[in-house]
Amino acid sequence: MSDARNQARAVLEGPDIHRALTRIAHEILERTRGAESVVLLGIPTRGATLAHRIAGRIAQFEGIKVPVGAIDVTMYRDDLRLRPARPLGRTELPPDGVDGRTVVLVDDVLYSGRTVRAALDALNDVGRPRAVQLATLVDRGHRELPIRADYVGKNLPTSKSEKVKVFLEETDGRDAVVLIKEDDR
Amino acid sequence: MKRHLISTGDLTRDDALLILDTAEELARVSQRSIKKLPTLRGRTVVNLFFEDSTRTRISFEAAAKRLSADVINFSAKGSSVSKGESLKDTALTLEAMGADAVVIRHSASGAPHRLATWVRGSVVNAGDGTHEHPTQALLDAFSIRRRLGRLEGLKIAVVGDVLHSRVARSNVLLLHTLGAEVTLVAPPTLLPVAVGTWPCQISYDLDAVLPKSDVVMMLRVQLERMNAAYFPSAREYSRRYGLDRDRFARLHDDAIVMHPGPMNRGMEISAEVADSPRSTIVEQVANGVTVRMAVLYLLLGGSEPAIGGAE
Repeated sequence: MSDARNQARAVLEGPDIHRALTRIAHEILERTRGAESVVLLGIPTRGATLAHRIAGRIAQFEGIKVPVGAIDVTMYRDDLRLRPARPLGRTELPPDGVDGRTVVLVDDVLYSGRTVRAALDALNDVGRPRAVQLATLVDRGHRELPIRADYVGKNLPTSKSEKVKVFLEETDGRDAVVLIKEDDR
Repeated sequence: MKRHLISTGDLTRDDALLILDTAEELARVSQRSIKKLPTLRGRTVVNLFFEDSTRTRISFEAAAKRLSADVINFSAKGSSVSKGESLKDTALTLEAMGADAVVIRHSASGAPHRLATWVRGSVVNAGDGTHEHPTQALLDAFSIRRRLGRLEGLKIAVVGDVLHSRVARSNVLLLHTLGAEVTLVAPPTLLPVAVGTWPCQISYDLDAVLPKSDVVMMLRVQLERMNAAYFPSAREYSRRYGLDRDRFARLHDDAIVMHPGPMNRGMEISAEVADSPRSTIVEQVANGVTVRMAVLYLLLGGSEPAIGGAE
């Protein structure tokens, strides 16, 4: 897993991720009084996968089918002009939309908070939720905006020179959260 | 770095697919109640139209506006061009106004290419003479993919005035890149001399080509060229190369009919065929806005264009 230049260390393995998502699902149920009028919206691609997993657990625990979707934030990012235009992800809203509901945004890693800021703008263009909450598998700190998560899988202290990479079964063939330490370039 | 869209021949397969995939996602935006995206806020797109083309101009204008760009429409009529200003001086004026992109329609083949050497922004060819019309080809490819699910291996007939058609050339180059097999069908007088070098088949017999085609793309007969004797009479053209009910019946059941518009009903296409559910003509207009949004986003949305690769 590590090559000559980078040192990579798995900080969460499959079972840890499994437990973290189970806890988040329970917390959502608790905080929203049985996931009443909750909509889970994942930020592509891995946030969308996580949203589906959390919805699966909620269905398992309480037999409630929570609407799940995805919201792509690419067109709303504030760093678009720093890189070449990138491919868009898919936005898929549940048929009943988000108006008047409690939207739980789901992302894999919370870092600067800029992605979440973009997601809030994107959400604004698709409807008017009653409330918006944020769930993230990993919170690695270093916020650049006044944003915090309501549900956190794991708080992971990192330095800015490190990279956090999330692998998920559905997209990457395995479950793991890996911390990559980049050696001096 | 290539930052213009002048010819579909400049697009690699990956570039073309990126545009189509981006358009696919953007098509979902046009179904919402708020159709606007903030992506190109603060950028200026100039529509520089030296030739009348209401639908293409409006389509580009809608695309730029949906991405929040500022749009300046500049048409040759009633402008300094009618007072004799050269293309270069017009270009420098637009440059001084801070245009990030210039969408140009010009009656001279090669005008966008020249313009690209004079301005710092991106140049998008919206049709130049008898040369190319890349966004039309992209929206055609997009419309085909949406209807038939793929482009690879499809048999596509492009029928009509290939000689004067920028749409035909752009389509042949693009569809070839995307793996489709194109056959041009036209009377010999309406094929360009160098058509032998194009990556496509040639036929003079529409009836022979129709049963094998998945897509039939009818080109507009340019009525203004009727008196130039490319064919004996409008009626004869219509009988040999027009898509009427009988010919339509010879297509296989899943085949679709396209037309870039504006149509001459009763000439190259009968009204019955144009209004059939297997005609994509109305969709093509809606898809035009989406595809042009994708092109503008990929050229202007980032620090550098995402298509075109290194020059």
